[in-house]
Amino acid sequence: MSKVTFILDDKKVTADSQETLWQIAKNHGIDIPHMCWQSNPGYEAVGNCRTCMVEISGERVLAASCVRKPTENMKVYTNSLRAKRAQKTVFSLLAADQPNKDVAHDSTSKFWYWADKLKIKVDRFAKKSFAPAPDISHPAMRVNLDACINCNLCVRACRDVQVNDVIGVSGRGVNSHIAFDIDDPMGDSTCVGCGECVQACPTGALMPATQVDDLQHFLGEATKVVKSSCPFCGVGCLTNIHVKNNKILKVDGREGPANKNRMCVKGRFGMDYASHPNRLKTPLIRREDAPKKTWDMHVADGDYTRYFREATWQEAMEKAAEGFLKIKKESGCNALVGFGSAKGSNEEAYLFQKLVRTGFGTNNVDHCTRLCHASSVAALLEALSSGAVSNPFTDIKDAECAIVIGARPTWNHPVAATFIKQAAKNGTRLIVMDPRSQDLVRHAYKHLQFKAGTDVAMLKAIIKIIIDNGWVDKSFIKRRVLGYQEIVDSAKRYTVEDMARLCGISVSDLFDVAKTYACSKASIIFWGMGVSQHVHGTDNSRCLITLAMITGHIGRVGTGLHPLRGQNNVQGASDVGLIPMAYPDYARVGDPQVQEKFERAWHAKLDSKPGLTVVEVIDAILQDKVRGVYIMGENPSMSDPDTQHTRKALAKLDHLVVQEIFMTETAMFADVILPASAFPEKRGSFSNTNRQVQMVRPALQMPGKARQDLDIIMDMANRLGLSWDYKGAKDVFKEMTEVMPSIAGMTWERLDAEDSITYPCLTADDPGQPVIFRNTFPTKDGKAKLVATDLIAPAEIPDKEYPFVLTTGRLLEHWHTGAMTRRATVLDHIEPEAFVHIHPRSMVDLQLKTGGYANIYTRRGDLRLKVRMDREVPMGMAFIPFCFAEAPANMLTNPKLDPFGKIPEFKFCAARIEPLTANHYQ
Amino acid sequence: MKADNTKEAMTAPTKTKGAMEAKARSPRIFQHPGFGKKRANSKPKGRMLDEAALEQVRELIGDDGKTFDMTIEYLHRIQDKYGCITSVHMHALANLLRVSQAQINETASFYAHFDIVKEGQTKPASLTVRVCDSLTCQIMGAQNLKRAIKQGVDETAVRVVSAPCMGRCDKAPVVEVGHNHLVATTAENVFENIRKKAISPRVGPYQSFEEYEKDGYKILKSALNGELSAQTIIDSMSDSGLRGLGGAGFPVGRKWSFVRAEKGSRLMAVNIDEGEPGTIKDHYYLSRHPHQFLEGMLIAAFVVEATDIYIYLRDEYPDIRKILLKEIHKVQDVGLSPHTRMHLRRGAGAYICGEESAMLESIEGKRGWPRQRPPFVAQKGLWGRATLVNNAESLYWVPKILQQNKGWFSSHGANGRKGLRSFSVSGRVNLPGVHLAPAGITIRQLIDTYAGGMQKGHIFKAYLPGGASGGILPATMDEIPLDFDTLNKYGCFIGSAAVVVLSHIDSIVDVVKNLMAFFKDESCGQCTPCRVGTDKIMDLINKKEWDLKTLEEISTVMQDASICGLGQAAPNPLLCAIKYFKQDLVTKKFCSSKVN
Repeated sequence: MSKVTFILDDKKVTADSQETLWQIAKNHGIDIPHMCWQSNPGYEAVGNCRTCMVEISGERVLAASCVRKPTENMKVYTNSLRAKRAQKTVFSLLAADQPNKDVAHDSTSKFWYWADKLKIKVDRFAKKSFAPAPDISHPAMRVNLDACINCNLCVRACRDVQVNDVIGVSGRGVNSHIAFDIDDPMGDSTCVGCGECVQACPTGALMPATQVDDLQHFLGEATKVVKSSCPFCGVGCLTNIHVKNNKILKVDGREGPANKNRMCVKGRFGMDYASHPNRLKTPLIRREDAPKKTWDMHVADGDYTRYFREATWQEAMEKAAEGFLKIKKESGCNALVGFGSAKGSNEEAYLFQKLVRTGFGTNNVDHCTRLCHASSVAALLEALSSGAVSNPFTDIKDAECAIVIGARPTWNHPVAATFIKQAAKNGTRLIVMDPRSQDLVRHAYKHLQFKAGTDVAMLKAIIKIIIDNGWVDKSFIKRRVLGYQEIVDSAKRYTVEDMARLCGISVSDLFDVAKTYACSKASIIFWGMGVSQHVHGTDNSRCLITLAMITGHIGRVGTGLHPLRGQNNVQGASDVGLIPMAYPDYARVGDPQVQEKFERAWHAKLDSKPGLTVVEVIDAILQDKVRGVYIMGENPSMSDPDTQHTRKALAKLDHLVVQEIFMTETAMFADVILPASAFPEKRGSFSNTNRQVQMVRPALQMPGKARQDLDIIMDMANRLGLSWDYKGAKDVFKEMTEVMPSIAGMTWERLDAEDSITYPCLTADDPGQPVIFRNTFPTKDGKAKLVATDLIAPAEIPDKEYPFVLTTGRLLEHWHTGAMTRRATVLDHIEPEAFVHIHPRSMVDLQLKTGGYANIYTRRGDLRLKVRMDREVPMGMAFIPFCFAEAPANMLTNPKLDPFGKIPEFKFCAARIEPLTANHYQ
Repeated sequence: MKADNTKEAMTAPTKTKGAMEAKARSPRIFQHPGFGKKRANSKPKGRMLDEAALEQVRELIGDDGKTFDMTIEYLHRIQDKYGCITSVHMHALANLLRVSQAQINETASFYAHFDIVKEGQTKPASLTVRVCDSLTCQIMGAQNLKRAIKQGVDETAVRVVSAPCMGRCDKAPVVEVGHNHLVATTAENVFENIRKKAISPRVGPYQSFEEYEKDGYKILKSALNGELSAQTIIDSMSDSGLRGLGGAGFPVGRKWSFVRAEKGSRLMAVNIDEGEPGTIKDHYYLSRHPHQFLEGMLIAAFVVEATDIYIYLRDEYPDIRKILLKEIHKVQDVGLSPHTRMHLRRGAGAYICGEESAMLESIEGKRGWPRQRPPFVAQKGLWGRATLVNNAESLYWVPKILQQNKGWFSSHGANGRKGLRSFSVSGRVNLPGVHLAPAGITIRQLIDTYAGGMQKGHIFKAYLPGGASGGILPATMDEIPLDFDTLNKYGCFIGSAAVVVLSHIDSIVDVVKNLMAFFKDESCGQCTPCRVGTDKIMDLINKKEWDLKTLEEISTVMQDASICGLGQAAPNPLLCAIKYFKQDLVTKKFCSSKVN
């Protein structure tokens, strides 16, 4: 960038020619008023409010300093009479139509800051004759356009930053106003509630509903603002939590590497679950006279007195620990199991697996990663000896082509999706591969809407086209890949035409996609549960790995493989060893050297055999092999396939201890329930999908007698005979850095100061490595190992009796089993009830009515659900979100496992759908 | 806009039904962990795509490129076919163009000629009658005419609305029935045309391709076959001294050489959004000599090597559209445009789109919001590419200038000024119309020598030298040469040379109100000074007493801080009234004589 020298308020200054006059003035201590501009990333300066006018010598009119850049010898006056007069008059014009400050929607807004600073008289001009009425149609936000100054920051927020394109300017001249969709009420529009507009609004015209009273007046500022992150998906948005009287007033996005101030509806508006009245506040013990263990649909949330009685911590902990010790003594270590949580901190997960391994004496420790990316990780470990993402998702901005397969980031990773959409807008060719349609498709270069379950056929066709056309990177393959010949040989055994017929995508589309991906300068692949949750999940991932390896699209910026992680710490929990086959840092269980290392570090004897996985544990319980389970913050009663089967197993346990914040569907089966800490009450580190370890700080105090999870785990460990003496998360983190080379360069203090550090981070001066596999893979010979795949059909193909394909997943508003999000006011308000999504034409075929009900049957059970018309679901398919306890989708799903990843086929089973008419109710 | 009624209708029965079902299934067996206050929506967020509407829109836009920049054209097709644009059609269009509903709404709601009809709202009447309410038509009785028309029609079948200048001010008052413009019309004439269903544009006789080609297209041909270089053409244009006739007066030759010097492929856009009230010259020339304009345009495209030419024609000129559609084809067919592609684009009722950067936005399918300068459109115009923007009349003179001897154009002129100007003269004169006269002529000479003198019984009182935005001057200041630059010191400018002549019966206050109402209507709303300023000025001048100090303060901020020329020039008539017609204001008690 070139430098220019010019005169600013009679002083000679030298600055970047690409900086605006506003920025340069700011750098020189001159704060020019401004409204329509903000410095946050992604907001372009548009210069429409005209509050930042400056005078430039020789120019007929004034210039907006927020957009104007200097030229050599330019003479700029920020404080000339003319400039000052313009700034003030513009403010007076804007202030005229505002509600007065004493009744302002947000008296602390930027608008009032400047109006006060410039001593603006608010009543110099008559008010506009027409003041728009408040729009209170959205549960999370309040729209009061009487305070709107048409600065359009919200439009840029919605369009440029979040790329949701819901807000626009409607009308013209004095009648122009911001509008949602086609001038619809916000709550009736396609608004996804990310709240970016609220965060951007400088006047209070857009406010979180929690910040204003019924008269739309401001409720007052927070007494503290806590720098934290978000409890939901794996994106890992950094946040500012605004707190007053132990209540969260609002949550704002902070400039984290993964979110750049952005948030989604869950993170911004869904945090009040922690203050839900039905939080568990006292330890509970199952009553002697309780009915047998079952999921009781009749139990209202919070009213569980028929089953449980309150207890002291002393009594509950004693009972909990004794139960485990008894089983250990009677049936051995392997009759015990621990399910940790992907929602706890790294320190909690680390201690939990250490407790199971050293206290229980077994490797039977797992968590819900098994249900998410187990197959992806299996394939990645097999090929690259590393389960981590190769590049952060933000790398897409440097990619020419991006594939999103089996993922719906606009719902499940909404903030990651904003980066994807932005890249697509800037020219990255986005290829969406999914049997269902989705919001991303509008931005896509191509959507391959293949037949559900035929992923491998489609990917094999693309691989063959790339090979046959010579679009492979020969030099890369030679240097860094093993097994390419097997792939070539395997490709000879099938034709592209056959594969095309199988997956239902035309050869020409496959050809185009193959060429686009292979021949770009940099291509990146993102995938989600649509790839992993199949009996051929590992094969799906193998194909994706093969694609990247034969084209050399890995190890560089803008390339790579990125399985999008679904929970806020599923990456970290796996990293610290909360899985049955690996110790921290994926050190293999069964490797004697590894075992010795950890035995030395932990001063304990360790089991040499890998433990059982989540779904295997359920079967082991029913086979009497497992008798006692310790569950911390997991909800298998909802999340595991074939729920009835799972619940049967949970009921059969001799001893179940559940450490939870709510009376979940799993806790109902417990013998002892330990009330624990919610995310906003914790201090600890969490690792996101980008391998960024981030600091979380407590914003709220815990309710009642609830205790920190970390304390409960330590208490339990000590009762199991371990003598632990960690003085909090900091001590645990120190131990982790000692046994985990990948984070050896981190310290608690450094993390506290930097907030977010990417691993691998090997030394204290290592800034962290966002892109890995640059020169080598962590395999023994440094080369990637490719594995050819066969075509495996889904385990249960639709037939005459069950003609529909049933698939499951999340909703934007509800995260995982809904334990948290359904207790968040706004999220519950937007999506309050269970339903099944069906294509309008299928609805006609099935004689289903909009808003009516249907019965869905599979070989495992049936559910009654409300029907939602949804053209994004292909005909012949039904989609049910698995978050609804009153109609758990997993009652229906097939527990058949992928042989390698041991992940169940949540994404495909056969179903029958029947309409429920009014008669059925009588 | 009202809340979405259909949605109400859709959810209301669902709610009752849900409640009934819950009762029928009683006891309501499950208390889910949520608060359970609401029922689930039976469709995804927002408006559900209407399959029938999708098919209808698909049919209308056909297999065209389906690019967003064609949005305005597609909206026209929907409006033309259905008499309005329903929200379901907008949603369908958004779906087909793969943009959001908000993006379509932004464009559709900006332009006056699109009637958005939302769920639950009623369609406008099938026929629209637009009565021009711009200054000339107003002083020629448009208000009474509109009232008479309204009284004489069945308003369920005919909608009567006011509309800004239609570019036929020499024959005021003007009324558009459907797309048929009636000039110097009466209410009876309007009824007659409604009865006869005469609602299509009428095209008068014009110089055909064959007639023009006898002497024309020679320059273009010699440029295309290499006999005439671009540089030679630029030099000739520079020598001629021709300045942009859209109003800004930028030297044409210099603009061409700037654009030609830009790197990368270049584009051209032609401004035929002749919306400045009182201006009729572009319509005048295009309706008579379209090929002289087309040749000039193709020469310009040759000079700047524009790969594409976007001809932006205001929607008020459907007759010109007919002519150009036909003649552009002709020119293409005979092979006179091998160097470029021509695209005829249709405006949709927005004065601001005459501002060159707003016009480019509109060509891109967006709202006509002027852009910030720098960068100038010559550097970054359409889709960020260097773009030559010329007014239609500027291009019209190009073949003539290049054909004639060097110095022909500049040999004209009066009072020390050089060149020719096409004055659009309207108002209280005997011969209103386009008068080609030497630049620098005074208003006196123009009225007396060209416009046939004042109408009988009218005493010359004031004149607008440059349409609505060029200010107002009193008859006493009748010795000023009318040309670029000469009027600036009086707070006026010549602009498009739309001269409106007012007489002693015309109230200056009414004139100012008319003009300020026009600017308020046509302000695009982007920047504060213009959006709020025009509104507050209207408030203040509708009061019994004018607060001159405040009016001047607002005027100053508009002039100093508006983004584009509209806002910067909008206070000119007001300021002129205060400056030159104080006595009128005092006499009519709008202010006291003491106020300065």
